[in-house]
Amino acid sequence: MKRLVILGGGTAGTIAANRLRRRLGSAEWQITVVDQSESHYYQPGQLFVPFGIYRPADLVKPRRRFLPAGVDLVIGEIDRVVPEDTTVRLVDGSELGYDYLIIATGTSPHPEETPGMSEGEWGRSIHEFYTFAGATALADKLASWDGGRLVVHIVDMPIKCPVAPLEFTFLADAFFTEQGMRDRVEMVFVTPLDGAFTKPVASQHLGAMLEDRKVALETDFIVERVDPERKMLVSYDEREVPFDLLVTVPLNMGASYVARSGLGDELNYVPVDKQTMLSKAHDNIFALGDASDIPTSKAGSVAHFSLELFEDNFVQHVHGRPMTRLFDGHANCFIESGGGKGLLIDFNYDTEPLPGLYPLPGLGPFKLLRESEANHWGKMMFRWVYWNLLLPGKEMPLEPLMSMAGKELEDVGP
Amino acid sequence: MPTASINGRPVQVDAEGFLTQYDEWDEDLARVLAAQIGIELSEEHWKAIHFLRADFKAQGETATLRRITTIGGIPTKELFELFPKKPAKKMAYIAGLPKPRGCV
Repeated sequence: MKRLVILGGGTAGTIAANRLRRRLGSAEWQITVVDQSESHYYQPGQLFVPFGIYRPADLVKPRRRFLPAGVDLVIGEIDRVVPEDTTVRLVDGSELGYDYLIIATGTSPHPEETPGMSEGEWGRSIHEFYTFAGATALADKLASWDGGRLVVHIVDMPIKCPVAPLEFTFLADAFFTEQGMRDRVEMVFVTPLDGAFTKPVASQHLGAMLEDRKVALETDFIVERVDPERKMLVSYDEREVPFDLLVTVPLNMGASYVARSGLGDELNYVPVDKQTMLSKAHDNIFALGDASDIPTSKAGSVAHFSLELFEDNFVQHVHGRPMTRLFDGHANCFIESGGGKGLLIDFNYDTEPLPGLYPLPGLGPFKLLRESEANHWGKMMFRWVYWNLLLPGKEMPLEPLMSMAGKELEDVGP
Repeated sequence: MPTASINGRPVQVDAEGFLTQYDEWDEDLARVLAAQIGIELSEEHWKAIHFLRADFKAQGETATLRRITTIGGIPTKELFELFPKKPAKKMAYIAGLPKPRGCV
């Protein structure tokens, strides 16, 4: 009996368990998923919680329900992986041996990594929306906030769902407008990047959308510390940005056991081959989803597309054959822009997000990099797709590799 | 790819003037590149530049500020003093490496 252990039962871990259980005979393979909690959160929905669009209870379901028969779920905290002994140790002292290991424990926010951030004002005038608790606390804050200077801030890249801070800003603008208080809110977007987004064409489009909404943009801002008493963000080059309400995206890091196991880089992400997700250090360890260091967005769509290819690769690899289904870094993200509209971006390792049309049989085409109501509905419908098609690993009319069909090449200067 | 003449020697550069060939770099070239952006290289500067060169050779990409601090052991504050305003970009320029990848 061969043993496959999957660390993390989130988006990537759950899809992997479902797809691989169908591919690996149950007489030959035992599959175990380890996670620290019984609850599976629909993470894309957390963006909507601060504005009362989704209630927290709309976003959570029991983790077990999305794992197939024949997959064991162990609830426990991971102490470390010992690759030399092909063993996973849990904090409660138990051990799980493996023949193959999949690390899919994602990334999470670490406010304590920025001096002054998690002290004093945390949960009062300093908030985040990347955790269930944080999004819920921010909803309470916004419900009673009477205006002032709202600063939306990213500590460092990479972050999970890199468009979410922009979406939060667009939704906040729409929310304050609906509440009749937009004139009492000054909005600032503070980023370590040199523009609104990472790549030139999208950065131009999205930057113009901030301008239209009268949101000031502060770029190249590498935060050194937060001064909670003066309510000030302070950068290494000694710029200061004052706030009444700070909504920050703290430093994102992979799980701490990855570091303890000697398997991570400086942010606890597992270095892997970017086409196959095989660990560069160990021939029997893969890292899927946000947990790896592949140079594309940390996003559910990337987990989904890469896993469609991964199941074939895994079967080839365990039979000693070369892996042939090579991933291109394909990502596809709806960007909610407020007022019932949204954008869609579609890109990969080599092609940046471009405008145009995204063909989708039956539902599409969706407009790329331009606002439309259809994109908004695509995003809202996705919650159903996530629970019912994506997690179970069912066939969807989406190609795992990016296509240039419908995309427009724009002339942008260097 | 454009070719630039630096110190009387042709080197290949990208549109922003970053060297594109790892092996076309040497320390003399670094001094010229540094002078072009107003930096005179001290021992502390060299420590950062040498870390970047070695790390690129091992990893195949330009280290981020956080990586230089965490793995290379040079505090971010110090990097901002040595290479004012945009240290990541300036270090890569002097070290003859691609501009740090815009994150995704």
